[in-house]
Amino acid sequence: MAKVKSLEDLLKIKEKTLQELKMRGETGKRGKITVAMGTCGIAAGAKDTLKAIVEALNENNITDIAVVQSGCMGLCEVEPTIEVRLEGQEPVVYGHVNPENARRIVKMHIMEGKIVDDLVVRRGEA
Amino acid sequence: MPLTTNTVLVCAGGACISAGEKSVKQVLEDEIKKYGLDEVVRIVETGCIGSCTLGPIVVVYPEGVFYKKVTPESAKKIVEEHLLKGRIVEELLYQGPTGEVLPKVQEELPFFKKQVKIVTRNLGVIDPTKIEEYIARDGYFALARVLKEMKPEDVIDEIKRSGLRGRGGAGFPTGLKWELARKQESDVKYIVCNADEGDPGAFMDRAILEGDPHSVLEGMVIAGYAVGASEGFIYVRAEYPLAIERLEIAIEQAREYGFLGEKIMGSDFNFDIEIRIGAGAFVCGEETALMASIEGERGQPRVKPPYPVERGLWGYPTVINNVETLANVPWIIRNGADEFKKYGTPSSPGTKVFALAGKVRNTGLVEVPMGITLRELIFEIGGGVPNGKKIKAVQTGGPSGGCIPAEYLDTPVDYESLQKLGAIMGSGGMVVMDEDDCMVDVAKFFLEFTVEESCGKCTPCREGTRKMLEILERITQGEGTMEDLETLEELGNTIKETSLCGLGQTAPNPVLSTLRYFREEYEAHVKEKRCPSKKCKALIRYVIDPEKCVGCTACARVCPVNAISGEVRKVHEIDNDVCIRCGSCMEVCRFGAISKVSP
Repeated sequence: MAKVKSLEDLLKIKEKTLQELKMRGETGKRGKITVAMGTCGIAAGAKDTLKAIVEALNENNITDIAVVQSGCMGLCEVEPTIEVRLEGQEPVVYGHVNPENARRIVKMHIMEGKIVDDLVVRRGEA
Repeated sequence: MPLTTNTVLVCAGGACISAGEKSVKQVLEDEIKKYGLDEVVRIVETGCIGSCTLGPIVVVYPEGVFYKKVTPESAKKIVEEHLLKGRIVEELLYQGPTGEVLPKVQEELPFFKKQVKIVTRNLGVIDPTKIEEYIARDGYFALARVLKEMKPEDVIDEIKRSGLRGRGGAGFPTGLKWELARKQESDVKYIVCNADEGDPGAFMDRAILEGDPHSVLEGMVIAGYAVGASEGFIYVRAEYPLAIERLEIAIEQAREYGFLGEKIMGSDFNFDIEIRIGAGAFVCGEETALMASIEGERGQPRVKPPYPVERGLWGYPTVINNVETLANVPWIIRNGADEFKKYGTPSSPGTKVFALAGKVRNTGLVEVPMGITLRELIFEIGGGVPNGKKIKAVQTGGPSGGCIPAEYLDTPVDYESLQKLGAIMGSGGMVVMDEDDCMVDVAKFFLEFTVEESCGKCTPCREGTRKMLEILERITQGEGTMEDLETLEELGNTIKETSLCGLGQTAPNPVLSTLRYFREEYEAHVKEKRCPSKKCKALIRYVIDPEKCVGCTACARVCPVNAISGEVRKVHEIDNDVCIRCGSCMEVCRFGAISKVSP
């Protein structure tokens, strides 16, 4: 372990650790992605979806989006499903979200602000 | 770094561990693995979260859902429902005193709302075994600032301006203590952290050491720099094995990162810390006895002056600060004295951590701004007295403190106000008593403790406290006289004035304060041979109401000494010559036929 010699060293450790801790409920999130993780969703591959989302967010250093899990959203036919809820916008539910689609959603919806039309199963509140 | 979706905090404070935290954690780990969530869910053991009656406590982030009294069984449910399916397990949520709406998030609990977290800022938030998490919460930034930008005099000045006073209980100004030590001409000086927390029921220091050990280390290094010391000792009792373990880890990590050792953070300043384990004698919390114990001598106090800052460990100038005091230091350096003074009162700035215990709903650890009233502390944070009982008194300062009666509940909590009432701030033990508590019995309890813990070096404390205890025992037996009450006062005042150290000088406080505020209770014991709270066994008896007794024989069967006679379906009777007043019969009676009476 390198010795800490300066304020910069300290700041680096702080930043890195905060990055790691970010899922521990820091406030000030811009929005959240909810992955439906009922037994049905999991059977349809929601766990891989969830991993892909978290990976994509981490790779792109997106820290202001919370990833949470929920029970079944009731849309078993199009599972895995996720809901993207950004502040000030109506929520969007996507279906058939395999890992590949998950990455697409993170890139387009979260980063570029564009809704991924071909995957949308619902807009607005249920 | 694994990718995580949920972080599960498991409180691993001493209270939660005894409540079964280890098995809960094991189940959580197993279940998480079983569902293949171990890559995305992280389990972290934290220090004491503070609400010990609710333990074992589990907090699930990012939502911050607060689960109480988690058993291995319910831990399973948390994994299945919450972690896997995202459904909050309602029945495990914290419930308010009257069963009102269930706040889900930690910050919303009334228990947490009125608190100001300076010393306990990291408790329950960081993993105490990871120095990086302390750094992420601005840990060691104060040390960096001190070493890079401040002269030792500046540090002392800042602490003096903050008005920080010793949190061990006596309230000596910390900055002044450091200044006195700085002025001593000596090549060798020491910093000692007094972690010999011994008051019955007090566990603030343990919680800090277990939950945020680096804050204490950082405070010690800063103190060392300020007074010109290069060595520090933490004197911690052997009864705190977890605190010792976490301190050892913390010291090792701090050395690796260069916060301890030579040329700290690239400066010319050297400082290292060693742990000294005490055997748990109460008197070793007294600073001169503590030093004797560190030196390997018998833990006995000596006359002051010379004070430790003049002649301390092995004759060298020594600063002795309490755990909580030191944990305040990094915060003050980082945020400034002015920010610190925004909390508390002009004469007692900042916050104080209390261990809330006794007849109060939310027992546990609370940090409040000084100057908060006892009423706010007990009723708003503590949730009041359970079972519809009335509060009678609150005891602060443990065996050195006193009982404050209910009519003074609007007294602000600060060093001077409590002293005026004959109690003391003390290290932070706070015991709430209701109408069922006998004040003579309470005084006797604390005196038993000091008699046991008196080191025996000086006569007033060794003999005087024993005589006082004998009188109290007589009174609770119903054999006291009115003269006894005067003798108690005279003895108490003499012991206070003539004892060698703080232990003896404060030992009579529980007796003197109860005599002052609850004299009528003493008089009832003496004159009427009656214990108004029905607590003193010699003065009560159990009776069976013939109207209510149905002759179910439950009481007779449970009585350990066969004092109850009576045939089936006929009224039973208690033989009071045989009865040992254990109360088992009253507990077991389903018809409310048995009651306690004191003539």
